[in-house]
Amino acid sequence: STLTPFAEVEDTLKRIQGINGVIGTIVVNAEGIPIKTTLDNSTTVQYAGLLHQLTMKARSTVRDIDPQNDLTFLRIRSKKHEIMVSTDKEYLLIVIQNPAE
Amino acid sequence: KKDINIHLIRNCLPKMEIVYVYTKKRSEFGRQCNFSDRPAELHVDILPDISLAANFTVRDPCNVTVQCAEEMSEHEVNTERFESESRGINHVEGGWPKDLNPEDMEATIRYRKKVEKDEHYQNTIMQIAGLMEHCCKQNNATDIYQEFFEDEDEEVLEESEEQPSAKTINVFRDPNEVKRTATSLSWHPDGNHKLAVAYSSLEFQRAPNDMSFDSYIWDIENPNKPEMTLKPVSPLVCLEYNPKDSHILVGGSYNGQIAYWDTRKGSQPAEMSTIEHSHRDPVYKVTWLQSKTGTDIFSASTDGQVLWWDIRKMSEPTERLVLDPSKKGNLDNALGAVSLEFETTMPTKFMVGTEQGLVVSCNRKAKTPAEKIVCTYSGHHGPIYALQRNPFFPKNFLTVADWTARIWSEDIKESSIMWTKYHMAHLLDGCWSPVRPSVFFTIKMDGTLDVWDILFKQNDPTLSLKVCDEALCSIRVQDNGRFLGCGSQLGTTTLLEISAGLCTLQKNEKAMVSEMFERETKREKILEARHREMRLKERSRSEQSREDEGKETDGEENAEELVACAEREFFEIMEAEKKKERNEEKQRDKENGVCEEKEFQEEHENVSRFL
Repeated sequence: STLTPFAEVEDTLKRIQGINGVIGTIVVNAEGIPIKTTLDNSTTVQYAGLLHQLTMKARSTVRDIDPQNDLTFLRIRSKKHEIMVSTDKEYLLIVIQNPAE
Repeated sequence: KKDINIHLIRNCLPKMEIVYVYTKKRSEFGRQCNFSDRPAELHVDILPDISLAANFTVRDPCNVTVQCAEEMSEHEVNTERFESESRGINHVEGGWPKDLNPEDMEATIRYRKKVEKDEHYQNTIMQIAGLMEHCCKQNNATDIYQEFFEDEDEEVLEESEEQPSAKTINVFRDPNEVKRTATSLSWHPDGNHKLAVAYSSLEFQRAPNDMSFDSYIWDIENPNKPEMTLKPVSPLVCLEYNPKDSHILVGGSYNGQIAYWDTRKGSQPAEMSTIEHSHRDPVYKVTWLQSKTGTDIFSASTDGQVLWWDIRKMSEPTERLVLDPSKKGNLDNALGAVSLEFETTMPTKFMVGTEQGLVVSCNRKAKTPAEKIVCTYSGHHGPIYALQRNPFFPKNFLTVADWTARIWSEDIKESSIMWTKYHMAHLLDGCWSPVRPSVFFTIKMDGTLDVWDILFKQNDPTLSLKVCDEALCSIRVQDNGRFLGCGSQLGTTTLLEISAGLCTLQKNEKAMVSEMFERETKREKILEARHREMRLKERSRSEQSREDEGKETDGEENAEELVACAEREFFEIMEAEKKKERNEEKQRDKENGVCEEKEFQEEHENVSRFL
């Protein structure tokens, strides 16, 4: 596409937020600073902090078992919804979705 | 006074303190020990007391356990408890850089914008967002926690796992010395506690002189002796209880007569049809009709007739139908009837299964005898021993004949819609299950009973059971679908109980069977249409070619001329053949005789020279 990278990112995030059932989208950096969010600040900060730690733990678990391996995706299914965390060394993309009925 | 030193000995155990105190004069410290010697003194001498032995008994042998193993001792060790605790720290606000005040909105926004413009950030987000999208969509596509089968009753699952089976409850043997075939069975209409069995020998003129003519009514609890005997003048080939009146039974006999019994009146028939007006061949089937009086029956025989009777007046049949397919009522052309089908829900129609393998569908209410026969269904190669409509789907009926059982649809006359494979033994009787539309039973000449469930398996029976070593000739299922009786060639009637799975209506069974019949009917319709098309094409093509031929041989329509022409042709062919033979002979002789001729010639020459 002819969009600038900046616009592409915006577009992608908007698209994800637009998927059926998605409640919120958060982008967090390694320090825990929420870069982009569709939820209010306090919720964002809470999700960011908790999921960051959990992701770290999950990653270390995966690497303890096999050092060549690495965590790519984390999915937490709860009664009410599903929290998905897509990770990278520096950034975290968190999406909360209500799965289809 | 010197100081008194108190020595305290303290035990090492942490909580207990044992103290022993002694005193010693200071002046006595350090002095050497003064030992003296003295002889041994006997203090106590206890002699053995034998009376004490009475308190003890000798134990011989003594059991001592010995273990041939390394002696080991057990020790417990506990490390010092390592206490660990999980602690978490909750972010209140992200780790903003030191120089940034989180409260400052502008600064934070600026910081965020800066990050968003970062190339690394953009690349990373594009990557991880792709994965995320996939998973979000996946969630929407399927609910992985969906409960399957939550509507299904637990019980139904259990039942369907049960293996179909059948077990013999009782066996009723022909009490006579000379065994006859159990040709027909009829269950008592109320409660099914009694079974009427008709015995006869269907082997033409092979019945021994002392063969008994009796048929019996058995109480199913008592296989030792029949409850009642029926004494007809000729052995009964078929026997039926009146569904409306359980005291009345009607039987068709080997000599063509019909008789009825009232069980309250004894073993002799209450009334019999007159010989002149009866059938001329054994009566193979007699069925009760639906009527106000409940006394109407009709009977079928291989003499080609179907007769209607009122049992109160057996001198003459009330109606007569000759099974002439050409609809002319010609008895010489008639098909022999071996089975009848009548459904009380469709009182105007009935069907007849014939010896020739055709099923004839008839209408009782037709004005003229010619209109009585509506249509025929062909497909079987031998006598139709059983003919019955499906109790749930009356448009479909079952026929059992030759080596197969076939299911038909009323609408398709050229072929059955479903059929079993050709078995190794003849099938001699069959019937539908009264409680399950997809189940039917067939019996074979090798003594096996097959239970078919067309929803479960169509190529083979669901259950195949060897009931006896001789042929099974008749079968009848009780109204509950659970018990059935089958009669054998040697007069042995076996009462069987089938497993619950085979006589309990399954979920959606009716819908599925209906679907199956419809589908097969449709298939046959399409085939029929196709065949008709092909036949039309063939006919038109052959007509076309006949027309062409006709043009050439137009002048030779005269029979004489044709004969003369034929003769001419014949002699021409004969001449040609003879010529060919002569030529062949000559050729053969030539080949053989070339040498001979030469020799002959040479000799001839020699002789002539000589001469």
